[in-house]
Amino acid sequence: MKKEPSKQEYNQMVEEMTPKHSCIKNCGKAFLVGGLFCVLGEAMKQLMMNYWDISKKDALLFVTIELVLLSVILTGFNLYGKITKFGGAGGLVPITGFANSVASPAIEYQKEGQVFGIGVKIFTIAGPVILYGIISAFIAGVIYLTAVQWGWIG
Amino acid sequence: MEYVKAFLVGGIICVLVQILMDNTKLQPGRIMVLLVISGVILGALGIYEKIEAFGGCGATVPLSGFGFNLWKGMKEAIDQHGFLGLFEGGFTAASVGTSAALIFSYLASLIFQPKMKE
Repeated sequence: MKKEPSKQEYNQMVEEMTPKHSCIKNCGKAFLVGGLFCVLGEAMKQLMMNYWDISKKDALLFVTIELVLLSVILTGFNLYGKITKFGGAGGLVPITGFANSVASPAIEYQKEGQVFGIGVKIFTIAGPVILYGIISAFIAGVIYLTAVQWGWIG
Repeated sequence: MEYVKAFLVGGIICVLVQILMDNTKLQPGRIMVLLVISGVILGALGIYEKIEAFGGCGATVPLSGFGFNLWKGMKEAIDQHGFLGLFEGGFTAASVGTSAALIFSYLASLIFQPKMKE
């Protein structure tokens, strides 16, 4: 009869089964993938500023739109997950990671209907990000407005 | 040179987040919220502006750049409309990124079928 593993043995088994992540290796991959997305963005920005005479402010907005579109297409073809799997934070941190987290549940939950499927799930990650972005900007804005009113800053 | 700087700055931000992830097991959603909030705070303190001046898209492409953008929009709106700006700035600044993500994702949900996870 097979003996039940003791707690200690079990912990050891778990330890052995859990894939080992080398932090340095992960960081290298994150650096590479994240850096490449930024270079791609920079290339789009330079292209639009130099060849189409678009102002820097508008060029940055176009870069956002283009990267989001790229990411949604990659998500649709099930490719963005592979980028995140390889690059870790490198796939998550750029705006493309945000777009992926919006598109992915929208595609995934379409069977559950327009409102409670796509409509609700599309905000799974976008909801918190927008909420806390708006709240923190609001708080910073209140402080800034107060400081201006009281003449602390310009 | 701009490309090297963008690569460097964007890469470093990703490495910092990777270190955070490896040590805390934070979920991606929380990571993104944290990034946006840090972008807003660093923007309000005037630090992110300097990072952007150096790194260009290396600073604006990461989600912290989205937070920085939120702060810029907020400040601009307050300078123009005072109190009302507090309620305008955030969404004005977030509009392009959010709309693009929502519109393209919705279209994608019409075009693509869910696939089995590998």
